Amino acid sequence: MSEVSPITNKPGLAMAWRRREILGPLAALLAVYLVFCWLSPSSFAGAANLELILRQTTIVGLVSLGMTIVIIAGGIDLSIGSAVALSTVVIASLLNAGISPIFAALGGIAVGALAGLANGLMVARLKVVPFIATLVSLLVLRGIAKGIAHEQKVDAPLTWLNELLARLDSVAAWQLVPAGVWLFLLMAALVALMLRYSRLGLHVFAVGSNVKTALLCGINVERVELWVYSLCGAFAGLAGLMQFSRLTVGDPTVASGLELDAIAAVVIGGASLKGGRGSVLGTIIGALLMAVLRAGCTQIGLANWIQEIVTGLIILAAVGFDRLRYRQS
Amino acid sequence: MEEQTANENPFAPTVLDVRNVSVLYGNVQALRGVGLSLCAGELRAVIGENGAGKSSLMNVLAGLVKPAQGEMRLAGLSYSPADPGEARRQGISMIHQELSVAPHLTVAENIMLGIEPVSGFWLKRAAMRESARSALAALGSDIDVDALCSSLSVSQMQILEIARATVGGSKVLILDEPTSSLTKEDTARLFHLLRRLKEEGYAILYISHFLEEVQQIADTYTVLRDGRVVGSGSMAEVELKDLVSMMLGRDLGDLYPSHRHSIGPKVLEVEALSSGKRLSSASFSLHKGEVLGIFGLVGSGRTELLRSIFALDAAKGSVAIKGKPAGSSVSVQALWRGGTGMVSEDRKEEGLSVSMSIAHNLALVETPLLFSPGKLEGQAQVWLKAMSVVASGPEQPVWQLSGGNQQKVAMARLLAHKVDIFLLDEPTRGVDIGSKRQIYDLIHEAAGAGAAVLIVSSYLPELLGLCDRLAVMNRGVLLPFRPVSEVSEFSVMSEATAPVPGLEGQSETMTETNL
Repeated sequence: MSEVSPITNKPGLAMAWRRREILGPLAALLAVYLVFCWLSPSSFAGAANLELILRQTTIVGLVSLGMTIVIIAGGIDLSIGSAVALSTVVIASLLNAGISPIFAALGGIAVGALAGLANGLMVARLKVVPFIATLVSLLVLRGIAKGIAHEQKVDAPLTWLNELLARLDSVAAWQLVPAGVWLFLLMAALVALMLRYSRLGLHVFAVGSNVKTALLCGINVERVELWVYSLCGAFAGLAGLMQFSRLTVGDPTVASGLELDAIAAVVIGGASLKGGRGSVLGTIIGALLMAVLRAGCTQIGLANWIQEIVTGLIILAAVGFDRLRYRQS
Repeated sequence: MEEQTANENPFAPTVLDVRNVSVLYGNVQALRGVGLSLCAGELRAVIGENGAGKSSLMNVLAGLVKPAQGEMRLAGLSYSPADPGEARRQGISMIHQELSVAPHLTVAENIMLGIEPVSGFWLKRAAMRESARSALAALGSDIDVDALCSSLSVSQMQILEIARATVGGSKVLILDEPTSSLTKEDTARLFHLLRRLKEEGYAILYISHFLEEVQQIADTYTVLRDGRVVGSGSMAEVELKDLVSMMLGRDLGDLYPSHRHSIGPKVLEVEALSSGKRLSSASFSLHKGEVLGIFGLVGSGRTELLRSIFALDAAKGSVAIKGKPAGSSVSVQALWRGGTGMVSEDRKEEGLSVSMSIAHNLALVETPLLFSPGKLEGQAQVWLKAMSVVASGPEQPVWQLSGGNQQKVAMARLLAHKVDIFLLDEPTRGVDIGSKRQIYDLIHEAAGAGAAVLIVSSYLPELLGLCDRLAVMNRGVLLPFRPVSEVSEFSVMSEATAPVPGLEGQSETMTETNL
């Protein structure tokens, strides 16, 4: 047995495997898209509609990027909806205080990152189960947002921040999609590269697939967890900026339940809640799938409740197909 | 039919008859036309290297895998279970190497799981405890049926699983590597129990790597290689070396490399190390070029000793590596950087991240800040070749490899990082003979090149064959090292089981080895 070692190097195998992982979600996305193109032929396939879908995907897409990292590392973050709301309130308040838009935006992102760091400290240092730690933050951050905002919307002066996700006028049409969407795509590419080509990325997978092995190999698991939750929080802060851009006000009640949309996107994209599996591409497909569904249902006049049922069933189908595929292999 | 009744008892009815069974996983043929028969009261050993098809055969019988072709008859009736539950109802129970008990349930609840006595909606607890108690009593065990399963030892859990099988009416028991994590006494007790079961007419299929043990207990044998039956017959008429050459398809030669290492200066000094309840005192030193062995029963603190040296467990006492203080004060990362590496006894849960690729597993120690996956795979490929790991390539996930190949990957992690102090916990557990031989050679070569090796094992022949010096761990106390030439199997065993003076208070590890 030992003399004959049929080692054949197939460098493309890992990539092929990855591609297979997203094949199901991709097929589902195309199917749903084509169904709506067929049901509402005139407007749905148009460029304007695609642009609308992309703009609508940006906020949930950004938080899903962070959620992807957390879920691959074997955790969960329930607090991101609250972090988004807090971020919008902080940005509006900073603008009101006369701070320049760029620093107000960075302030919102920093608050998100700090909230994430707090989650990371609870998980890594206090060893609180991620579900509970981030449930605590879900309540606390929402409370802080409401407190700062005195439980009402915070009006803020209009600035260029409000154009980040606005429909482009004819002068700026060469940009194809507004800056916020480009920023999202850039972030997605960065996270994908981080997961595949960096030490942090490999260690995120290692912690998620087997903490004991990570410890045996001398990986600083606490530090990885701090990074993971801080990054997730920073993405929630950035999503808060986009949310503020659309609302033009700071709203302490916005984005409640957004964390569940993010989890859905990540799971539809082929990640496992047990950790160790997931991809940025899959997550984006998952987020797009839900956005297409929402836009499609709205345009053909289907009620909101049908959308919700269909989205639920798609999550079930995604997980079911995933199981089937793993049983085969 | 004639050749199949050629067992030592021609009057016993054939319980299980398997003919021409083939199993396909994707396009890999795991079994090719395998046949065997089993009579009431017969214990048949199924032996073969890892990947020979033993597990596939057992999985077919236990209803976990559907055969692509072939016929199975159980007690004369056609048998094709849809799942393990149906296999169990029809009379075949499998006891896996990794025991399956629910730790939060009691012994009685575990034994009666799935066949609970109920009246309408309600559980009949008294009846449940009584059935469980009598099932255990029939096996000669007095485990408390109200104890939580998390408090049981491995051997007790094994008896629990056997009781679960017998109380469910199974007449065929399949045991997969039942002695791999048992001490010698527990193994003896298990064999006693198996003989009793045979007398009561149970038919047993017994999978094991330990050929010496198989010779003691089995009536008949079937050897598998590359998914085919390459030999079968009566155990009394076959010699150990013939079994080995059937398994390997060639002669093995001497399993252990001759050891003649040149011993250098001290590289690891351990003084009065203690940790938790299990490890109370250990002092020794390890030299460059030396292979030290520590033998201990399950629960003796041997694993805790290695974990304490490798800073995975908090410990008191002093550890010095290459003259510098180590122990709990340093990080695991610093130990790896300084040339110390460890192989865990639990390959799947700790040693390797099985869902990740071979290349990534090797890269987990000292990952570059940024890297190209192709480069990592190229580096891993070198080690796969050097250690003749059977894999499709460095990007293959570790769970797809056989146990022996997984263990080689775990060893490769140490070699790839130029480790010169090897801490090896049960490095050949659940590994086929061919891979064992390779791992022994690797250890020998590393020591020859000046590495210092500390091996913890519960398999005495390997320690005697491999080590320069040997010590026994007994209830948390490490006894003095002695050259292997001065110890015998008997002396080591008596040291390992003797009461330790002055430690009467620490008797919990003692009760654990009792049934």
